[in-house]
Amino acid sequence: MTAIGWLQIVLFCAIIVAITPVLGAYMTRVFNGERTWLTPVLRPVEALLYRTAGIDEARQQHWLTYTVAMLLFHVGGFVVLYALLRLQAVLPFNPAGQSAVAPDLAFNTAASFITNTNWQNYGGESTMSYLVQMLGLTHQNFLSAATGIVLAVALIRGFARASANTIGNFWVDVTRCTLYVLLPICIPYALLLVWLGMPQTLGAYVDATTLEGAKQTIAVGPVASQVAIKMLGTNGGGFFNANAAHPFENPTAFSNFLQIISIFAIGAALTNVFGRMVGNQRQGWALLAAMGVLFLAGVAVTYWAEASGTSTLHALGLTGGNMEGKEVRFGIVASALFAVITTAASCGAVNAMHDSFTALGGMIPMINMQLGEIIVGGVGAGLYGMLLFVVVTVFVAGLMVGRTPEYVGKKIEAKEVKMAMLAILILPLMYLGWSAVAVVYPPAVASMANAGPHGFSEVLYAYTSQTANNGSAFAGLTGNTPYYNFTGAMAMLVGRFWMIVPAMAIAGALAQKKTVAASGGTFPTTGGLFVGLLVGVILIVGGLTFLPALALGPIAEHLAMQAGTLF
Amino acid sequence: MLKEIRPALVILLALTVITGLAYPLAITAIASVAFPRQASGSLIERNGQVIGSALIGQAFTGDKYFRGRLSATTAPDPKDSSKAVEAPYNAANSGGSNLGPTSKALAERLNGDVSKLKAENPTQPVPVDLVTTSASGLDPEISPEAARFQVPRVAKARGLPEERVLALVESQVKGRLFGLLGEPRVNVLELNLALDRLGS
Repeated sequence: MTAIGWLQIVLFCAIIVAITPVLGAYMTRVFNGERTWLTPVLRPVEALLYRTAGIDEARQQHWLTYTVAMLLFHVGGFVVLYALLRLQAVLPFNPAGQSAVAPDLAFNTAASFITNTNWQNYGGESTMSYLVQMLGLTHQNFLSAATGIVLAVALIRGFARASANTIGNFWVDVTRCTLYVLLPICIPYALLLVWLGMPQTLGAYVDATTLEGAKQTIAVGPVASQVAIKMLGTNGGGFFNANAAHPFENPTAFSNFLQIISIFAIGAALTNVFGRMVGNQRQGWALLAAMGVLFLAGVAVTYWAEASGTSTLHALGLTGGNMEGKEVRFGIVASALFAVITTAASCGAVNAMHDSFTALGGMIPMINMQLGEIIVGGVGAGLYGMLLFVVVTVFVAGLMVGRTPEYVGKKIEAKEVKMAMLAILILPLMYLGWSAVAVVYPPAVASMANAGPHGFSEVLYAYTSQTANNGSAFAGLTGNTPYYNFTGAMAMLVGRFWMIVPAMAIAGALAQKKTVAASGGTFPTTGGLFVGLLVGVILIVGGLTFLPALALGPIAEHLAMQAGTLF
Repeated sequence: MLKEIRPALVILLALTVITGLAYPLAITAIASVAFPRQASGSLIERNGQVIGSALIGQAFTGDKYFRGRLSATTAPDPKDSSKAVEAPYNAANSGGSNLGPTSKALAERLNGDVSKLKAENPTQPVPVDLVTTSASGLDPEISPEAARFQVPRVAKARGLPEERVLALVESQVKGRLFGLLGEPRVNVLELNLALDRLGS
């Protein structure tokens, strides 16, 4: 580890903290329906959309209607994407002549992109036409991100409103999120990325004759427009197979730095939106502080582990850390930082191959996802995930002193706690359950690329990543088999919607309650004590569920490495 | 619930067209005017022929050129398309080795490559980036140490004094952005192009 490495980490954190209140203020105005500086340009488009769709902006929805609208929207998105994947061979913008995607892979991919997972059992440049990359994938990058954000906003309204039956209008929220938040950031961002070297063309792959006279086909495409929303919306699905490690998808250290900032920007800003909407910004900062503690702990471990290298490298006298599966322009620190950020948020883009990380360096990304991606988290999903843990935390705090727990003026009662636990427990059921089945099913075992505990880690990582809607991988695992395509899609769909529906039920229940004034007996939720308790609950609930599985994978591998055992 | 079907269809369709067509096509149009070189892939031409991209590494096997990172990319087997064969620097199918820290295959590969490099240049420590595969298999760059390590071999193969080749390497070293972000590095293709110009 070096001083310059830590300086990069500190600079990153400082920029996120600086952006949070600015973007938070803007997003609060957008979701409150207030005027912003973009209103003169965008309002006519917005109004036209509502008119055509027959939407009454003023009509607020009950939580069930809001949820049904959201689900309908996803069903439609799934059908469109699946059809595009199956039909790409006969559709335009296909200069590389990609053939139709097989049904099981198309099913997995469609589930993957509507759930904001962007798990990829395919290589982008060898599978997808430009039309699918734009109309199918770029488009779902926007919509799945917008959905995550508006669901978090709906839950926030549940906390903020008193004696109300409604939590907003899904159609208005999703339209405003796309038009006022995502697109205005993506347009300049994408152009900046092109300037830094990212291709943006509809032209065919380029045939080059190398200096030594060999033929090299260079895949290009409309990359920058997709990467901008891929990062900003914590989607993470790569245009290319190597994702953000590909020099076209992440050409320089500067593009890399922009990308990691954009992964955290909206998720962090949503904590501020929460604070503003419930009338006390310190409530938001307390959540961000708890996220920050867990984040920095993860960064320290991964950075240390990757900089230390492996016993194989040491035995050969190689210094400079574990560079297997990493790019020179990023080196150790930017690769380790990226890995922790992409899994803390539910992004899943990678700028280094996690499969080749050291055992402990690769364990942190897994833990980040297994905790439910509440460290900033996916856009929206991170905040509603964190608020579920808050419900459990204030419940535990209430038990300790024998009072009905309260949070931001709302009494937390049996229904909320049950719903929160339902959402929290579904994650381990999915990733532990499917991993357990895979390791006793011979065709699934055959997909492992590495032997020994690392092979188990590959499977555990795959289901963790898909359940948590992350999308990064220990990429050695051959995921494009009917078994992994189908079970992975199940993990993604359940992991997304089984979390969303209980969260919306909580939103509806909370909105109906009266706001109680804080009294001397109210547990303050803006101070260090609350942050500490929240971190403690997250680690205990998380630790108890997945520590045994980690012991079989990365922990066993680390001990084996120290003993000099190879597989 | 039926009430929600019309908004679902209209909003889905409208946002699909806006974000899936209008947005990427507009960015493509602007980029092709504002940044045509980058937008088409930062291609490098020599004598009117495309010889590669400044951002994409290519395979160098001879002694007369500096070599880049090891590449684990593959291509479909021409005899059986369901299988893959090794194809280093295949820029149409990026990817890494995905070998883990306790992999025997990785240890054997590292052993062999370190021995070869030690024989080539016994005076300097073997740089780690010369014996490890990159994440993309297309890494265009190596560390300055990895370039310096190859100077004696390249100088000998070209019949040039080592100092001259070393000076060329030093002139090609790029530092961290603002002295802070990223790592010092040398672009292998650009270095080799400069080397060809030096020779002629």
